[in-house]
Amino acid sequence: MVALTPISRKPVSFYVPVVAAAGAVAGLFVGTANGSGLLGILIGAVIMGALAFVLTQIVKNEQISRWATIVALGIVGFLMGGIPAMLIGAAFGWFFSWFSFWLYEGRYRAKIPPYLTPGQVLWHYAFRVICGAIFVFLITPILVVMPLSFNAENFFTFTPEMLRFDPAGYSLKHYQDFFNSSDWQGAVWNSLKIAPAATLLSVSFGTLAAIGLSQPHVPFRRAIMAVLISPMIVPLIISAAGMYFFYSRVGLQGTTLGVILAHAALGIPFVIITVTATLVGFDRSLTRAAANMGANPVTTFFRVQMPLILPGVISGGLFAFITSFDEVVVVLFVGSAGQKTLPWQMFTGLREQISPTILAVATILVGISICLLTVVELLRRRSERLRGMSPG
Amino acid sequence: MSDVNNATTALDAERAEKEYSGPMLAADGTPLKRSLNRALRRQKLRALLLIAPLLIFVLVTFIAPIADMLFRSVENEIVQDTLPRTTEALEQWSGEDGTTPDAPVYKALYQDIYIAQERKLHTRLGSRLNYELTGASSLFRKSGRGVDDIGEVYQDQFEDLNEFWKKGENWNEVLGSDAWLAQIKDWDKSAGTPQPAFEMRDGIADIFPQTAGYYMIFADFVQNEDEDNLYKEDPWPLIYSAFYDDLTGDTASVIASYSGPGATEIAEAAAAATGFETVDYKEAFTKIDKDWGASPIWGTIRAYSPRFTNGYFLNSIDMQKSADGAEFRPENERIYGTLFLRTLFMSVCITLSCILLGYPVAWILANLPARTANLLMILVLLPFWTSLLVRTSAWKVMLQQQGVVNDTLVWLGVVADDSRLALINNQTGTIIAMTHILLPFMILPLYSVMKTVPPSYLRAAKSLGATNWTAFWRVYFPQSVPGIGAGSILVFILSIGYYITPEIVGGTTGTFISNRIAYHISSSLNWGLAAALGAILLAVVLGLYYAYDKIVGIDNVKLGG
Repeated sequence: MVALTPISRKPVSFYVPVVAAAGAVAGLFVGTANGSGLLGILIGAVIMGALAFVLTQIVKNEQISRWATIVALGIVGFLMGGIPAMLIGAAFGWFFSWFSFWLYEGRYRAKIPPYLTPGQVLWHYAFRVICGAIFVFLITPILVVMPLSFNAENFFTFTPEMLRFDPAGYSLKHYQDFFNSSDWQGAVWNSLKIAPAATLLSVSFGTLAAIGLSQPHVPFRRAIMAVLISPMIVPLIISAAGMYFFYSRVGLQGTTLGVILAHAALGIPFVIITVTATLVGFDRSLTRAAANMGANPVTTFFRVQMPLILPGVISGGLFAFITSFDEVVVVLFVGSAGQKTLPWQMFTGLREQISPTILAVATILVGISICLLTVVELLRRRSERLRGMSPG
Repeated sequence: MSDVNNATTALDAERAEKEYSGPMLAADGTPLKRSLNRALRRQKLRALLLIAPLLIFVLVTFIAPIADMLFRSVENEIVQDTLPRTTEALEQWSGEDGTTPDAPVYKALYQDIYIAQERKLHTRLGSRLNYELTGASSLFRKSGRGVDDIGEVYQDQFEDLNEFWKKGENWNEVLGSDAWLAQIKDWDKSAGTPQPAFEMRDGIADIFPQTAGYYMIFADFVQNEDEDNLYKEDPWPLIYSAFYDDLTGDTASVIASYSGPGATEIAEAAAAATGFETVDYKEAFTKIDKDWGASPIWGTIRAYSPRFTNGYFLNSIDMQKSADGAEFRPENERIYGTLFLRTLFMSVCITLSCILLGYPVAWILANLPARTANLLMILVLLPFWTSLLVRTSAWKVMLQQQGVVNDTLVWLGVVADDSRLALINNQTGTIIAMTHILLPFMILPLYSVMKTVPPSYLRAAKSLGATNWTAFWRVYFPQSVPGIGAGSILVFILSIGYYITPEIVGGTTGTFISNRIAYHISSSLNWGLAAALGAILLAVVLGLYYAYDKIVGIDNVKLGG
């Protein structure tokens, strides 16, 4: 929505108490951390209220007052508790100076409809804070893992050295563990052997079948589709159990081939879905035109159809790859020690001898998934919107 | 001239007739309808040919295993395969509580267990029956060790009577055919040629029916499983008891006129056999273990003798077979009902918390300007793309007693250092971690539905005087319900069959039915029960999937589901 709402400065009686209330909340946390919550509330409210008044009524220049607050609170924090507290103090300074001017200038009204009542404005921002908290919930676990993986100790929490930003608290030793351990390297190697093979199988079969399924007249289309999609619907533990029973009957249990076949079956629905979605927008007259000009079906497929549906095939392949690369339940049952993949190694690591090496691996995997996410996003934007795919 | 005219008019008439009544023709002269049909058929065939490789692949690598699992949940051939004679004889038994079967059953049991223990199958049967009756496993192991003594009663008596009966060679001379005897004597193990398969002498089976029958089993076992030279192998004690039965049984009169090899020894044995010390099989088994003299084990064997059983399914809903049909187990032995309920309860909790957390996020993503929304979308998609193990390990790290969450809470003074919250290895841990893991599956379908709701509807409602809440509840919410439905079913289906996360953060109280299935496959080895539990879970999921198909449509399956 465009900024249509005229904004005006607000009276002292409005914003100083609000800032003081926010200060009380901050003071509560600082206070409890230092011994007395009640005292913290009082001091926080008084200091922040006064600060808001001084900044807006006496200093008045926004640039100067914001920097001054950040520096001042940073110093206070440093005196109270060293470098981590300094950072927290500076963050408080940044927030409270911005908050004071935001309220004082009435900027909070700028981007919302002019007819909202104060209560609705409050709700508008409260809602955003709630959503922000949910986003924090979503992303925190992934962010927490990263710094912890540089821990110099074998702990799963931040050590005092780490919080002081003492270089001695950080090290690459878990990464060294990862790269030097034959268990982990063997697992990586197995994963890199199994996932591409499974992907190749599911992409080649899946693409052919998707082309067949998108023909205008396919008998039993729904039933075939249901069968092909089923590996995605059936809970993994059931697939794993069934495959374990069946593959041990036919002698595939505990072989690399067995794991590859199982993973290929699990990846097929993703290929089918993405490729059929791409084929929905495919202009059939192009293949007829190619045939008209004398191309045989194979040439038509590789020179005309394939380049056009390639984005769908690649993103289907990526899904299949990540399915296999990330899969642990099926490999746990169908594989044996010789097929130990990376997720399996992580799983045993988490269940038995829990070591922070897992966090180093996790960080590396997060890096990989960021790369994959980027590739898929780029592909998705480049090709037309794949129907039914994750929106955005 | 007139002939030509006549001919042309005839031709015209013919053509005209064809145009009226005949079928329309394609370029090559075939009727158009047929030609089109053929083209359609070819098109269908081509489509099917393209699909066929994948369809076969999925059928073999995925559908067949599922079918195999379903079959295993009712399959119960082990009892009848291991104890064929006993199960047949048991049909005569009334099965009343407190009674035990008659003597023939015990004899059949001796014969079955003897063969089973030679093949090392009796312990497997014991562990199978142990699922139904505690103690069966040790009972069968004990009996396997004890049956040797039972048979030796007759063996010793025959051997004492005449050294002749001690040697495998003599038995083979009597029972084997001349052609086979010639072959086996020439056979040399070191030459690498296969051992000539045992052949029964013509007519011997009519004279010594039981001996011949068991000797065939013995010969097959020695030649194919032990791979020893049958000619030199001394027979099992079981053969001696069968021989005794033949000598004293219906065929005694035929034996008297026997004139083949070893006729003198047989005549001698037949004369002596009537005075032999006999074996009371029932007493012998009761001596091995007094459980054989009580009805529970017999009831169990009888209940599980059919080739297919609903026993695993009964077990998985906390019931058991008894003399008067299926009944519930005692209160303290019921675990699966609780486990199913807990799985359902926790899945509902997870689904509800996903709705609660996902709805505001989907709303704000759908209503923010595209640039900001795309940026925030990354925060949703990044967890979605991150390895499940990474997220699970992150939660394990965060929720521990000494983990990040507890440390922060202690530092803020919210909880005391000595009363840190137990957030892991219980239901709380599972619900928190799985809500986080499944949240993107709720947000994405919700978002795609909310994106299609025009924002002008809300504004229209408000301009007509609705309050914020009314506008939302009466106008916006009903339009977002399909998204909630799709997301909920997706999250519910996924959570109900989850294994990894509950296993790692669930401890003992936060585990799902799938953890129990995995336990039965890899630790307790009760595969039938695992298959039955899996079949029930599969039925629930397929039911939900059907609902999903009705609500959302299978072609609109969101990726990642």
